[in-house]
Amino acid sequence: MLRPAERNAPSSPRFEPWTQPGNTPFIRVQGVSKAFGGEPAVTGANLDIYKGELFSLLGGSGCGKTTLLRLIAGFEVPDDGRILIDGIDMTGVPPYERPVNMVFQSYALFPHMSVERNIAFGLRQERMPRKEMNERVSQALDLLRLTPLSSRRPDQLSGGQRQRVALARALVKHPKVLLLDEPLAALDKKLRENTQFELVNIQERVGITFILVTHDQEEAMTMSTRIGIMNEGYIEQVGTPREIYEFPGTRFVADFIGAANMFGGVILRLDEQGAAIQAPDIETEVEVAHAGAGVAGMPVTVMVRPEKVRISKTAPKNQDTNRTEGTVVEIGYLGDMSIFHVRLDSGKVMQASQLNLHQDAEQKITWEDRVHLSWHPSNAVMLTL
Amino acid sequence: MKLPRSLRLFTVLAFGYAFLYGPIFLLVIYSFNESKLVTVWSGFSVKWYGELLHNEKLLEAAWLSLKIAFVSATLATIFGTMAALVLDRFGRFRGRTLLSGMIAAPLVMPEVITGLAMLLLFVALETMIGWPAGRGQTTITIAHVTFSMAFVAIVVQSRLRHMDRSLEEAAQDLGARPLKVFFVITLPIIAPSLVAGWLLGFTLSLDDLVIASFVSGPGSTTLPMVVFSSVRLGVSPQINALATVIIVTVAVCITLAGKLMTLKDDGRKPKRS
Amino acid sequence: MKTNGLVARIQGKPDRWKERWGQRLVAAVPMGWLLVFFLAPFLFVLKIAFSESRLGIPPYQPLLEWVDGAVLQLQFNLANFGFFLEDPLYAAAYLSSLKMAAVSTLICLMIGYPMAYSITKVRQPWRNVLLMLVILPFWTSFLIRVYAWIGILKNEGLLNNFLMWVGVIDQPLPLLHSPFAVYVGIVYSYLPFMILPLYATLERMDLTLREAAQDLGCRPWEVMLKITLPLSLPGIIAGSMLVFIPAAGEFVIPDLLGGSNVLMIGKVLWNEFFLNRDWPLASAVAVVMLVLLLVPFMLFQHYQARQDEAEAR
Ligand SMILES: Nc1ncnc2c1ncn2[C@@H]1O[C@H](COP(=O)(O)OP(=O)(O)O)[C@@H](O)[C@H]1O
Ligand SMILES: [Mg+2]
Repeated sequence: MLRPAERNAPSSPRFEPWTQPGNTPFIRVQGVSKAFGGEPAVTGANLDIYKGELFSLLGGSGCGKTTLLRLIAGFEVPDDGRILIDGIDMTGVPPYERPVNMVFQSYALFPHMSVERNIAFGLRQERMPRKEMNERVSQALDLLRLTPLSSRRPDQLSGGQRQRVALARALVKHPKVLLLDEPLAALDKKLRENTQFELVNIQERVGITFILVTHDQEEAMTMSTRIGIMNEGYIEQVGTPREIYEFPGTRFVADFIGAANMFGGVILRLDEQGAAIQAPDIETEVEVAHAGAGVAGMPVTVMVRPEKVRISKTAPKNQDTNRTEGTVVEIGYLGDMSIFHVRLDSGKVMQASQLNLHQDAEQKITWEDRVHLSWHPSNAVMLTL
Repeated sequence: MKLPRSLRLFTVLAFGYAFLYGPIFLLVIYSFNESKLVTVWSGFSVKWYGELLHNEKLLEAAWLSLKIAFVSATLATIFGTMAALVLDRFGRFRGRTLLSGMIAAPLVMPEVITGLAMLLLFVALETMIGWPAGRGQTTITIAHVTFSMAFVAIVVQSRLRHMDRSLEEAAQDLGARPLKVFFVITLPIIAPSLVAGWLLGFTLSLDDLVIASFVSGPGSTTLPMVVFSSVRLGVSPQINALATVIIVTVAVCITLAGKLMTLKDDGRKPKRS
Repeated sequence: MKTNGLVARIQGKPDRWKERWGQRLVAAVPMGWLLVFFLAPFLFVLKIAFSESRLGIPPYQPLLEWVDGAVLQLQFNLANFGFFLEDPLYAAAYLSSLKMAAVSTLICLMIGYPMAYSITKVRQPWRNVLLMLVILPFWTSFLIRVYAWIGILKNEGLLNNFLMWVGVIDQPLPLLHSPFAVYVGIVYSYLPFMILPLYATLERMDLTLREAAQDLGCRPWEVMLKITLPLSLPGIIAGSMLVFIPAAGEFVIPDLLGGSNVLMIGKVLWNEFFLNRDWPLASAVAVVMLVLLLVPFMLFQHYQARQDEAEAR
C-alpha cells in the first residue's frame, strides 16, 4: 500500500521554491511537442522546475517520459516549443554543449574503459588540468564508494555498482541539471529501495537539480520534491507527492497513483464549502469538501481512497451522508493491513482498508458479512476530467 | 563547408554503391553492343547472345560446371550443416578448436595454396591406393565440397546461434528423441539457412577458377577455365553476354531466396528489449 | 542435445549410449572429411617442398624411398628454399604481395567503414536492401567482375575514352597492366568482405554509448574517435584479415589486371606450377606463404571467435 512520505528536501524544514512568487524556475519547458513519424510522443508539455529540486516524471511505459528527458538533454529536437535552462534558450544547442548530464537507463558505460576512465571521460573532454581532474574523480569515487573498484572494467561490476559508476560519471561534471532515466529499474527490489535513499542523500549533498524518470510510483513518491504525471504524451498533473495522492486532478491520476474508489454522479449543489453529489451507487447523498469548478446538474466523478473508508458491522452514528452498505466478497490480507472488497447493492465493488492493529480483533469482519461503509467529506475528491 | 548529416550519408552511400555496381552495369550495357570492339558503342544488338548459344566448347564447359556445382553444393550442405551442429551444439570437446580452425581457414586461404595442396593429395592418393583414378570431375567436386562446406557451416552456425533453444528443449521435454527433435524442430527452423548455404556453395563452385585449374585433368574444362582463357586473349562481347546471363540469373535467385528467408523468420530468439 | 531429454533420463543407459555414439558419428563425418581433404593436403605440400624435382609424373622425388628393398632412406632437400636466397625475385614477389595486400586492405577499410557506418544509419526496410546490395556482387562471378575492369581500364577502354572526351588528357593513360589496376581490382572484389563484418559490429553497437559520450561533452568526430572506432576494432580486424589474407595470395587479379608489370606471389606459384612444372618449388613457395600468413590468420580466428561470442549474447 502506498503512503506519501513527507520529504525533508534540501535546506529543511520545508523546501518549496515553487510556492514563492519571486522565484524564477531553473528549467522551463514551454509548449514542447515531439512526434515520431506522425505519432505524437510528447504533446504541448509545460514544466517549471526549480533549482535544487528532485523532480520526477512518472507514467506508464510508452507515455513519453524518456522522450521528454531526451528533449531536455538535446538528443531530440522539439517539433514545437522551447526549453530554457538557467534562463538560456537551448534551441539549437547540441547535447555536448548543454549544461546537463544524463544517467542512462542502460547506464551506457564505455566497455573499453576502466571505471576510473569512465568517470574521468567527461572531464578529459573539458581539457581539465590533470591535478584538478584527479581530485574530482577521486571525490566522485569516494562519494559513491567506488574507490576499490576504480581499475575494473564495466563487465566486472554488479548491476548496483554499474549504476553508481554511471551516476559518478555524470555527477563529476558538476552539471546544472542531472537527468536520470529509470536509473533504478535494473536493480532488484531490496537494492532499489536502498539506492533510492542513497540517491536522495547524494542529491541533497551536491545540491544539483535532478530530473528523474520512473514508472514506479512508490519510487517517485518517496524520492521527489514534486512529480509530473504523464499520460499519452501529456503532462496530466504536477504537484508534490502529497498533492498528487490526496488531490488528484484527473481520473487518470487518481487511478494511476495508489488505489481509488471512483463512482459517477451529478452535482446537486455547489458552493465554497464543497459540493453535494447524487451518485446512483451510494445510498446517501455524497458530500465533498474538495470540489473544483462546476455547476449543478454537471456529471462528475467522486474519488475516495480505500484507507479513508471506514468499515464496520454496525451503522455509523450521526451520519446521513457519505455512507452505504454492502456485502464483503473478498479480503486481501497484506500483513500490516487488510483490504476488504465490498459489493454494494448496486453491484459496484468498493474497497476499504483497515490496519490490522490487533492480532485477533473482537469484531472480526469476514466473508459474506453485511457491512457499513462511510467516510468524511474532507476525504473525498470531486473530479471533472 | 559542413554538409547536413543525411546528405553526407547519402553521398557516401551513392559513391560506394556506384563503385560496386558501375562496372557491372557497364558490362551489361556493352553486351548489347553491335560492335566487336567492346568499348565503342555502335548500336543495339543481341547477336552476342546468339553466338553464345552456338559456342559448343563454352556450353559443354557450362554443363560440366553445373553438374559439379550441383553435386558439390549438395554434399557441402550436408557436411557443412553437420559441422555447424557440432560446433554450436556439442559443447566443448577435444578437437573443437581444430574443427573450427578448419572451418575458418578455407574462408581466407589463398586459392593457389588450396589448389596446389589438393592436387598433391590427389596425386599421392592415386599412387598409394589407386584412387581417384586420374583427375577430372570427381577431384574438382571433392575440392569444391571441401571449401564450400566451410561457407555453409558459417551460414548455418549463425542461424543456429540465433535460434530459440527452448523450442528444442520443449520438444525433448515432450518426449522426442534427439534425432527426432533435429528433424522435426531444428531442421525446419534452420532450413532457410540451408537453402542459402546451398546456393552459396553452388555459386562458389560455379565461380571457381584457380582450384579447379589445379585439380582438373585433360578433358574436364569448367566454365571459368574457358572464360579465363578467352579473357586472357582480350575482351570479347560474348563474355559480356555470358556475364549478363549470370548476373540476371543470380539476381533472380537471390531475390527469391531473400524472400524465402524473410518469410520464414520464425523460431528466432525472442528479442531482448 | 546437450540437455538430455526426459525420455532419455527415464529409459536410462541404452538411450544415452546411442545418443553419444550418434553424436560421435555426426562429428566424425565433417571432421574426417576436412582432415583428409583439407589438412592432409598441407602435409603433402610440406613433404614435396622438401623433395627434389625430376621429370616425369609426378614430377618430384619421393621423400622416403626404399633403398635396396630394406633401408628406408630419408632424402631431405632444402634446395627449393635455397632459391629464395639466390633469386631476389621471390623475396621481391613476397614483399610486393604483402605491400599490395596491405595497401588494398587499408583502402577497403577507408571506403568500407564509412559505407558500413552509413548503412547502419538507414531506416529498416532500406537497410536490409542496402545490405543485400553489398552481398549481391559477391554472388556474381568473381572472374567476370575482374573482367569488367579490363573494359574500363584498358587503353581504348571506357575510362580513357571518357577522360579524352572531357579533355583532361589527350593520350590514353596506361591504366591497365599497372599496380593501380591491381589495387582497383582487389578493392573492388574484396570490399564486401570488409563491409559485412564492419556492419555486424557497428550495428550491434549500443547507440546509447555514443549518446553518453556526447552527453559528456564529445563532438561528433570525438565520439567517432573515442567510442565508435575502438569498439568496432574486432570488426575492423576481422574484415581486414578477410581482405588481406586472400589478397596476398591472389592470382586472377594480378594476372588479368597487372599483366607482367606486377609481381605477386600467387602468380609466381601459378607460373612455377603450370609453366615450369616445378612442383617442389611451387610447394616451397606455398609453404613460405603459409608461414607468412599464419599470424594474420590467427588474428582473424581470434577476432572472429570474439564476434561470434558477442553475437551469441
Ligand atoms: N526514436 C524513436 N522513433 C520512433 N518512435 C519513438 C522513438 N522514441 C520513442 N518513440 C515512441 O514514442 C513514444 C514514447 O516513448 P518513450 O518516451 O520512450 O516512452 P517512455 O519512456 O515513457 O516509456 C512511444 O510510443 C515510442 O514508441
Ligand atoms: Mg523510457
